[in-house]
Amino acid sequence: MAEAFNFELVSPERLLVSEKVTEVVIPATLGEMTVLANHAPTMTTIKPGVVSVKLASGQVNKYVVFGGFADILPTGCTLLAESAVPASELTHATLQKRIETTQAEINHAQSDEHKTKLEQFLAELTHLNGVVNPA
Amino acid sequence: MPSLKDLKNRIASVKATQKITKAMKMVAAAKLRRAQEAAEAARPYAERMTKVLAGLSAANAGNAEAPLLLSGTGKDQVHLLIVATGERGLAGGFNSSIIRLARDHALKLLAQGKTVKIITVGRKGNDILRRTFKDNIVDYVTFREIKQLGFAQADEVAHKVLALYNAGEFDIATLFYARFQSVISQVATASQIIPAKFDATQAADASSALYEYEPSEEEILEDLLPKNVAVQIFRALLENNASFYGAQMSAMDNATRNAGDMINKLTLSYNRQRQAQITKELIEIISGAEAL
Repeated sequence: MAEAFNFELVSPERLLVSEKVTEVVIPATLGEMTVLANHAPTMTTIKPGVVSVKLASGQVNKYVVFGGFADILPTGCTLLAESAVPASELTHATLQKRIETTQAEINHAQSDEHKTKLEQFLAELTHLNGVVNPA
Repeated sequence: MPSLKDLKNRIASVKATQKITKAMKMVAAAKLRRAQEAAEAARPYAERMTKVLAGLSAANAGNAEAPLLLSGTGKDQVHLLIVATGERGLAGGFNSSIIRLARDHALKLLAQGKTVKIITVGRKGNDILRRTFKDNIVDYVTFREIKQLGFAQADEVAHKVLALYNAGEFDIATLFYARFQSVISQVATASQIIPAKFDATQAADASSALYEYEPSEEEILEDLLPKNVAVQIFRALLENNASFYGAQMSAMDNATRNAGDMINKLTLSYNRQRQAQITKELIEIISGAEAL
């Protein structure tokens, strides 16, 4: 039996999860990482993707997050997402809308650097779209 | 002396007013509860964000290459005031207390020879500040059409602010809003959001842990600082919203009570006058009978 630790998923609007979990998979910017109990203190940014949370009871919940960062301590993990929804509540339409706004932002972006960042974001969103809504 | 009919009409009209203020009070109370819940739900995020940033900024304090959002431009010539007020009036001193604070601040800066730029959030603040600082207002945001304040709205304001900052349009940004203390007390507050300021105690707390950073510390800091601006604005907007309904509730409660007093007074004089008229009529009848 894996050791349990505290996991919190917060978005600016509300606290989504605050529970004892055994395993969390987060889409970090430098690649997906799995957090178990007693992880070394780490701070990482996250990209749009799916967070999968394994509760102490063994149940697995999935959440879709759109960027943010994670604060990992040996005793717990806090994920501050810019916006987050349970995967079951995410619809194709909301994702599509986000893709469109990002697209519009790219067209208005002034610096190349900003543009590259947005394009990266768009690529991740599109990828996410494929994962969550297999056509 | 108003006639009996006049008094009757006035009583009816005050009663109608009282009904309206009473209804507005109820509505404000219901909305206040929701606004308060929203403000509370947003708290954990803002608190953690501040904690993490405080630690990061303490570690980067001596760094000459720290992002501009943290270290500032090194000048304090151009000030940006972000004034968040309500969309509507009828909320007692809510709007005017925020505006007064912002105006005093702006006048003080102008007297020191600084340049002042203003962004107003909310219709009321814009209407009033436009009279005195017409040339200083650079932007105006309204959420009139929006029922439920979300992070997206705060982000929109933050985007505007950051775009101005990156273009070198100002050096220091201060946010004006009403902090929600309780239903009967809301405090107009000014807080500096750019460059970011943190409590020393919070920094000491957070920096005790040794972190691994992924990607680098600087990159995370650069990513987080703009987010922090949005979060601060979001928090202020939510507090403002709760304060607005709190102020409106107590203003409407007062109005309802005043209307009640008014009705009592009017009813008293109405009855007195009715009595006087009856007495007068009786006197006429009796003196008429006696004359026979």
